[in-house]
Amino acid sequence: MSALKTEAQPRGAHPQAAWSGASARDLADMNASHGWSLDAAELAAVQAHFQKLKREPTRAEVETFAQTWSEHCKHKTFTSPILYRDGKSTKRIKSLLAETIVDATARLKKPWCLSVFADNAGIVAFDKKWALAYKAETHNHPCAVEPYGGAETGVGGVIRDVLGAGLGAKPVLNTDVFCFAPPDYEGPVSPGALHPRRTLTSVVAGVRDYGNRMGIPTAAGGVWFDEAYRHNPLVFVGTVGLIPRSAIAKAVKPGDLIVAAGGRTGRDGLHGATFSSAALDDQASVSAVQIGHAINEKRLLDALMRARELRLYRGLTDCGAGGFSSAVGEMAELSGKRGGARVRLEAALFKTTEIAPWEAWVSESQERMVLAVPKDKLAALADLFASEGVEHCVLGEFTDTGRLEVSWAGEALVDLDLKFLHKGVPRRERSAVWEAPKAGPLVTNRRNERARAGEALRWCLGHLNVCSREWIIRQYDHEVQGGTILKPLQGLHHDGPGDACVIWPQAVVGEEGSFRGFSVGHGMNPSYGRIDPYAMAQAAVDEALSNLACVGADVSQAALLDNFCWGDPEDPSELGRLVRAAQGCRDAALAFQAPFISGKDSLNNTYTDAKGLKHSIPGTLLISALAPVPDVRQAVTMDFKTANNPVYLVGWTSNELGGSLWEAFAQEKGGAVPVVEPRSAKEALWTLSSAIRAGLVMSAHDLREGGLAVAAAEMAFSGEVGVQIDVDLVPRTRDVADPVTILFSESPSRFLLEVSPDKEKAFLKAMKGVPMARVGKTIANPVLRVVGLDSRTLLEERLNELKAAWQAPLPRILG
Amino acid sequence: MKKPKVLVLRTAGTNCDLETASAFKMAGGEPELLSVRDLLSGKAKLFNYGIVAIPGGFSYGDDVGAGRIFANEIRGQLRELRGFIRSGRPVIGICNGFQVLVKAGILPQTPAGDQVASLSFNDSNRFEARWVRLRINLQSQSLFVKGLPEMIELPVAHGEGKFVVKSPKVLEMLKKTRAILMQYVNEEGKFTGYPENPNGSLFNIAAITNPEGNCLGLMPHPERYVTRWHHPNWTRQTFCKEGVGLELFRNAVNHALN
Repeated sequence: MSALKTEAQPRGAHPQAAWSGASARDLADMNASHGWSLDAAELAAVQAHFQKLKREPTRAEVETFAQTWSEHCKHKTFTSPILYRDGKSTKRIKSLLAETIVDATARLKKPWCLSVFADNAGIVAFDKKWALAYKAETHNHPCAVEPYGGAETGVGGVIRDVLGAGLGAKPVLNTDVFCFAPPDYEGPVSPGALHPRRTLTSVVAGVRDYGNRMGIPTAAGGVWFDEAYRHNPLVFVGTVGLIPRSAIAKAVKPGDLIVAAGGRTGRDGLHGATFSSAALDDQASVSAVQIGHAINEKRLLDALMRARELRLYRGLTDCGAGGFSSAVGEMAELSGKRGGARVRLEAALFKTTEIAPWEAWVSESQERMVLAVPKDKLAALADLFASEGVEHCVLGEFTDTGRLEVSWAGEALVDLDLKFLHKGVPRRERSAVWEAPKAGPLVTNRRNERARAGEALRWCLGHLNVCSREWIIRQYDHEVQGGTILKPLQGLHHDGPGDACVIWPQAVVGEEGSFRGFSVGHGMNPSYGRIDPYAMAQAAVDEALSNLACVGADVSQAALLDNFCWGDPEDPSELGRLVRAAQGCRDAALAFQAPFISGKDSLNNTYTDAKGLKHSIPGTLLISALAPVPDVRQAVTMDFKTANNPVYLVGWTSNELGGSLWEAFAQEKGGAVPVVEPRSAKEALWTLSSAIRAGLVMSAHDLREGGLAVAAAEMAFSGEVGVQIDVDLVPRTRDVADPVTILFSESPSRFLLEVSPDKEKAFLKAMKGVPMARVGKTIANPVLRVVGLDSRTLLEERLNELKAAWQAPLPRILG
Repeated sequence: MKKPKVLVLRTAGTNCDLETASAFKMAGGEPELLSVRDLLSGKAKLFNYGIVAIPGGFSYGDDVGAGRIFANEIRGQLRELRGFIRSGRPVIGICNGFQVLVKAGILPQTPAGDQVASLSFNDSNRFEARWVRLRINLQSQSLFVKGLPEMIELPVAHGEGKFVVKSPKVLEMLKKTRAILMQYVNEEGKFTGYPENPNGSLFNIAAITNPEGNCLGLMPHPERYVTRWHHPNWTRQTFCKEGVGLELFRNAVNHALN
């Protein structure tokens, strides 16, 4: 298969004569017609580089720059200078990433962080022998065009990230978070867009079919619905892997063979890394989306896990965006002092004979990994691959020449200076502006809304951002590998909304008597971000960590991932919002002492309407948090367990309804966005986490969308145990004047807990110093009863009716 | 005491091999993961093992029907598996492994060894993962369910688990030979429809045994309920001491010991 008919193909090896004398405009035209997505400064840098060399670049060389310098691979916005104006003060940021997220991690200096921002995934300690690798990615644009294939290859890609972390981690959990437009949309569908119902069902099917076939439990995630995602759906996929601590360090030595393993190379997935604009041309739509095939990746996974144990390779990485050009280019940097690689590309295994050499170099065909293999291990590796049915080929060898050299049947295709390729991208300064939105008149009293409290609760429970996700979750095999100790759906009938899953990876670890596990939590609320991205970022970190605390994870060892999905970074106000969110991440990480270990950004999530106006999605930040559960037998679920137990509310309630569900229900505007009080929030969180791990709490649930009312309802109907709450007892700040505000405020860092009477004393002792109050008790009568400030019954709702309202939406819309 | 060797048979797309091996280990067996290729190449010998398990997953991607390709391999090249079963040693096929046994014509067991049943797409037309209640036929000869209560709970996770038969005679034969080992039931132990019967199986059938009782095929996953902390309600109850799924593996190991 490797002998190609190339005569009729543009080979990409010929110098492109047009470069040396080209004007900026000529370069821009070439850039547009080839889909390179390089900007004017980058094109000029490439031109200058070759002028200095006194030769023309080849097509394959320009393609290499386009891939390596893409926003997707280099994160230019996050690492280039920004002139940031915040109100009256102006500040020059050298690198947003280095000064916010990475800075927080460096300052926290956690010894259990084993590899951060360096490898394909962040790696933290699990126990003495094992570590956890975690990575979350987005696959937004492919999912907008072809949601099933886009979701499948998104999952496949992030699994390979974890498989390519260190010497390869064994995936033990998949996570998925989506942002879609409401699927019951009834308006016209714009040309080029898909109906949100189709996007949702196809994305879920893609995640299901790939994840289930890979034998990885998909047991954590979420969905956020907002009309603003109609043209730009967001799909976040994550994978947690388990890796021996002795296999974290990877290396490449000059003379090591470059081995490509797994899928063959085809014309699918050309220009995926540069394909970031919504304007599709005919050619791009044919080949820009990759085709996934899970069984190939499963074979590859099984084979690599065995090869890792036998140390048959020294380093590896996945073939993701940019294909071989990125994978070989990245690994070449590790080889010797100067780095280098020599590739004979004709040796690759191809799906088709109709492929040009430059296409083979940048193709993003799926299920491929690149390995650095010592020469004397090749024979053993080849045998092992054969026994697992995995194809491989030797592409060349790593060198110490400082050059990336690619040839095709003896003809030079690429000959580039590695240093310039990796460090030569021009850092262009962008400008960013943040202006706080003008505060509207604040609603200070909702006393006259009392009669609508019950109606509001049912409305909130049936809201798309609160309602049951069972329709989605049941399609994922969330118990494969036999370690899902807390399922995503919890409660008496296994259908309540758990805060997080708990995974006990004993089948992989294989150590009898160890009950150590881990958990993953998520935080996201784009509605808060519309008001203030800084508050949104803090609330997201607070939410992700709260989820972990509730199920019994040790939040003092929590690590964070950030995934930013933003609009147009050339728009100063969009970029200002991004800066503000990154600052929120840094401050929250420092306050909670939870370091970021990995992250990813997806920018340019925009669409251009019929009038030619460009719209950006609301800045969306997903925080994923990972923490160990020291003893999975101490894990706690959110469903009320039995009647006559005291119920405690932890944290202060304030008049914070900006961006809340109540605002949407009552059509209020101008509320104050929920703000995390970092110091007290951290104290409460850490103390509660200890109390839960000490077995002092029967049920725990954090308060988010819909506030106290929704949380109490969820705990009650999941356990089929009633509850009575006296809002007069709720700890609150002075701006809270009425029961409706208490019930629906979305103040962060709050928890509702059920405590066993015989452990109440110990619980109170453990929680000393934390603002909280006993606000009610569980009751035998299956109702949610709220008693008002004047001891009148404010609302009394039957649990089965509340549950029905909560369960109805997705089955009704999706069938 | 010597531990019985358990062969956990893998192929491309096998997913539940590690937890199945782990379950056998907890039950006192000595599991070994081997690929079908190892048996076909003669590198390993089937009769060196006391127990064979075919775990869940998507063998060869299930691209032409769940378990079909793996089943053809057994039917064509791994015929000695039938002899292994005739020798009375325990064989268990879980989920995809059950699909393989059915499509290889091993279960339901017939004199000619033809395929007389199948596991078809769920009535919901979706992959679904949920816990189900099962009623065990205590009249059966199955060595796997000795000492188990009549009603148990296990998780299912499949898209093709609807048990169907070629003709009504097959169902009669299954009843007569007490080969129907487990059926989906509701909380009261009654035969009901979806979701208690998660896939629409004929006669609510979840598991089949051969009449001799040493070969078991089931859609539910006993290897996912081997400790009490696997049960979805373990945080609510204190009565259950260990996972009921472990008993199946323990019975197989004990049988192999004798």
